[in-house]
Amino acid sequence: MKCRFLLAAALAASVALPASAIDLEVTHWWTSGGEAAAVAEFAKAFNAGGDNWVDGAIAGSGGVARPIIISRIIGGEPMGATQLNHGRQAEELIEAGLMADLTELAEKEGWKDIVNPISLLDACTVDGKIYCVPVNIHSWQWIWLSHAAYAKAGVDVPTNWDEFTASAPALRKADIVPLAMGQQSWQTSGAFGVLTVALAGPDIWLKVVKDKDVDTVMGPEYTAVFEAFGDARKLSDGANVQDWNQATNLVITGQAGAQIMGDWAQGEFQVAGQKAGVDYTCLPGLGVNKIISTGGDAFYFPVNEDPEITAAQLRMASQLISKEVQVAFNLKKGSLPIRGDVDLSTANDCMKQGLEILAAGNVLPDGNQHLSQDTSTQLEDLMVEFWNDKSITAAEVQKNYAAIIADAD
Amino acid sequence: MEKTSRPSQLFRNMSAKIASIPMVLTALVIFVGCTVWSFIYSFTGSKLLPKKLFQWEEFAAIPIPTWIDKDGELNFSIVTGIVSKSWVGLKQYDRLWSNTRWITSLENLALYAGFALVFSLVVGFILAAFMDQKIRFENTFRTIFLYPYAMSAIVTGLVWQWILNPTFGIEKIVKGWGFTDFEFAPLQNPDLVMFGILFAGIWQGTGFIMALMLAGLRGIDEDIWKASRIDGIPMWKTYIRVVIPMMRPVFVTTLVLITAGILKVYDLVVAQTGGGPGLASQVPAMYVYTYLFGAQNLGQGLAASTMMLLSVLVILIPWTIIEFGGKEQR
Repeated sequence: MKCRFLLAAALAASVALPASAIDLEVTHWWTSGGEAAAVAEFAKAFNAGGDNWVDGAIAGSGGVARPIIISRIIGGEPMGATQLNHGRQAEELIEAGLMADLTELAEKEGWKDIVNPISLLDACTVDGKIYCVPVNIHSWQWIWLSHAAYAKAGVDVPTNWDEFTASAPALRKADIVPLAMGQQSWQTSGAFGVLTVALAGPDIWLKVVKDKDVDTVMGPEYTAVFEAFGDARKLSDGANVQDWNQATNLVITGQAGAQIMGDWAQGEFQVAGQKAGVDYTCLPGLGVNKIISTGGDAFYFPVNEDPEITAAQLRMASQLISKEVQVAFNLKKGSLPIRGDVDLSTANDCMKQGLEILAAGNVLPDGNQHLSQDTSTQLEDLMVEFWNDKSITAAEVQKNYAAIIADAD
Repeated sequence: MEKTSRPSQLFRNMSAKIASIPMVLTALVIFVGCTVWSFIYSFTGSKLLPKKLFQWEEFAAIPIPTWIDKDGELNFSIVTGIVSKSWVGLKQYDRLWSNTRWITSLENLALYAGFALVFSLVVGFILAAFMDQKIRFENTFRTIFLYPYAMSAIVTGLVWQWILNPTFGIEKIVKGWGFTDFEFAPLQNPDLVMFGILFAGIWQGTGFIMALMLAGLRGIDEDIWKASRIDGIPMWKTYIRVVIPMMRPVFVTTLVLITAGILKVYDLVVAQTGGGPGLASQVPAMYVYTYLFGAQNLGQGLAASTMMLLSVLVILIPWTIIEFGGKEQR
C-alpha cells in the first residue's frame, strides 16, 4: 500500500517537472507610481524569456516589507526572488546559508568588470562569494525644489541649502510649507544624513558611520549639523503627511517648497508629467557638496531545493544585470544604472547630473552598508523623535546620538 | 474484609482525558514552551536569528598537568567545557529601560488604559441605562451603537485618520463654514495624538460594552424596580446602590474584556498614526514588533515582550486570586 502511494507521488512529480514556464514569485516594495512602472520592466523582460513573473508587491516601504520578506525566508517559505537593500540587512541570512550563491554566474558574465562603482558588488559579497544582483544606484543626497511654489512666493529658486533656508520666510508668507517631510522615521534619519554630508563633508560623515568614532559626533562639525537640523524642524510645520511620496506630491503640486529625498522621488515627478529644470529643480548634495551616495536595491535569491526554480533564478539574475533591462528599468525608476557602459542619452537633467558625478567618481557608500539594522533603527527613532518633539534640544540629541554610535556593532 | 477496588483518580474518565491530550500538549508547547523559550533568549545577544545558547569549547590557553606516563613525561590535558558566547545577562533589559521609545510606549499605554477603561465603562453603562427605559426604536439604536464593533480596528483607524486629518477632515469642514482660524489636528500634535487614538478606540468599543451592560440590566428582576419605586428611592440611587452591585459579574467580565483589548492595542495605532508623529503614539506591542523583525534584534524584542508578559501577570495573578481563590469562603 505504502509502495503504491510512493509510486504515485513519484509519477506526479515527474509529470510536473518538465513544465517549461516557471512561476517565480518576486517580492519587493516598489508600489508608488514611478516604482511600479519601473518594476513592470523587469517583469516584462522575465516573461519575454518564457517564464512567469508572479508579482509580490508589499505596500508600505522597506520598513514594513522587509520583516515580511525575512520572516518568509526564515519560516521556510521562500519566494523565488526578493528585493532588499544590499549591505548588512541580509548578512545573517547569508551566513545561515539561506541565500543562493551566484558566484558562478557572476564569474561567467564578468560582473566584476561591468559593475560600476564596484562597491555595489562588494556589498553583495560575503567571504568572496556573491549573493545578490545590484539593480540600481540610489542616492540620498538630493533636494527637490518646486518652481511653482517659488514663483508663487516671488523669489528665485535657491541653488543651495543656505539660500533655501533664507527663502523659507518668503514661502511661509505665501502660505507654502518650506520643507515637506513625511512622518516615517527613515525619512528624518535619511535627511539628517544628507545634511551631514552636505554641511560637514563626506570624510567627517564616514568617520562616524564607518569607523563609529564617538569623538567626531561630539565635535564642532557635527554640532553645527545638529543645530542646522534643529532649525530645519520648524520648516516642515503644517506638512501633515505620512508617506514619502505624499511629501513629494506636496512639492509637485507646489504646496511645499522643497523636499530632501533620495532620487527615487524622481519617478514621482515623471509620473506627474513634470520636467526637470522647468517644473522642478534638483540639487545633488544640497547644492553644497556635489557628491552622491551609492546605496541602492539588489535582488537576492533564497535557496531553493527545486533545480528548475534555481535555474529560473539564475536566468532572472542574468537578465536583471543585462544592458537593455538596466536602461529600461532605471529610466522609469529615476535611478542610475549599475553599469557604466550603457547609453542613457534619453535620461533627464537630474539623472544626467547624477551620471556626471558618478563618472567623476564623487561617490560615497550608503549608510546601510556600514550600519546594522539595529543601529539604523535606533538612529531613526532618535531623529524622528527630535524632528517632532521641538522641546528636545540639539545638544541632547547629539549626546544620545553619540551613545548609539558608541554602542554600534 | 472485602476489598472494593476503587479506580485511581488518574484513570477515571479515561476517554475524556485521552481526548484532551492534544489540547494539553498544544497548550504546553505553544503557551508554556514558547514563553519559556522567549524568556531564555531575551538574555542573549541574538540578532536576526537566535544564537546558539551553548557550545563546546577547548580552553587551549590553560593546559593542566594531569598525569605522568611510564617514561616519566608529564602529560597535559586541555579542559573542555560548555560555554555560552551569546549570553549577555541583563544587558537587553538595561538597554530597554534606558530607551526613551520604550518608556514613551509604556506611558502611552498607561494613559490609553486609564481613559479607555473609565470612558468605555461609564459611557457604556449610561447608554445601556438609557436603552433600558423602554424607549421606542430600541432595536435600531442598539444596531447603530453596536455597528462600530463589527468593523476591524484597521478600518476604524483609517476612517478616524481621515476624519481627524486637517486637510480633508473636521478642520476643513469647519473652515468651510467660515471659521478660517479653526485648527483641529490631534493626530499631528504629539501632545494630543493619544487622545485621537483613544477617541477611535472608545467609538469602536463602547457599543459592545453597552450590549453587555444591557444584557446585565435585563437580568435584574422587575420586582426590584417595583420595590424601590414603592420605597420612593430615586432612580439614579437605585442604579448606584442596588443595580450596579447586583451586576458585579457583568462588570468583572467587561473589565477583563476591556483590559485585554487595551493591552493588545496595536492595529488601531498602526492604521491611525503608524506610531507618530515622531514617537508620540508608540505602544509596547509596536516596540516588540519593530525590534523582532525590523531592527533584526531578537534579544531586544524578546526582552520587551517578556516585560509585557510580566505586566500582564502582575495584573492577572492578583485578580485571579481575588476572583476565584476565595470562592470557598463566600
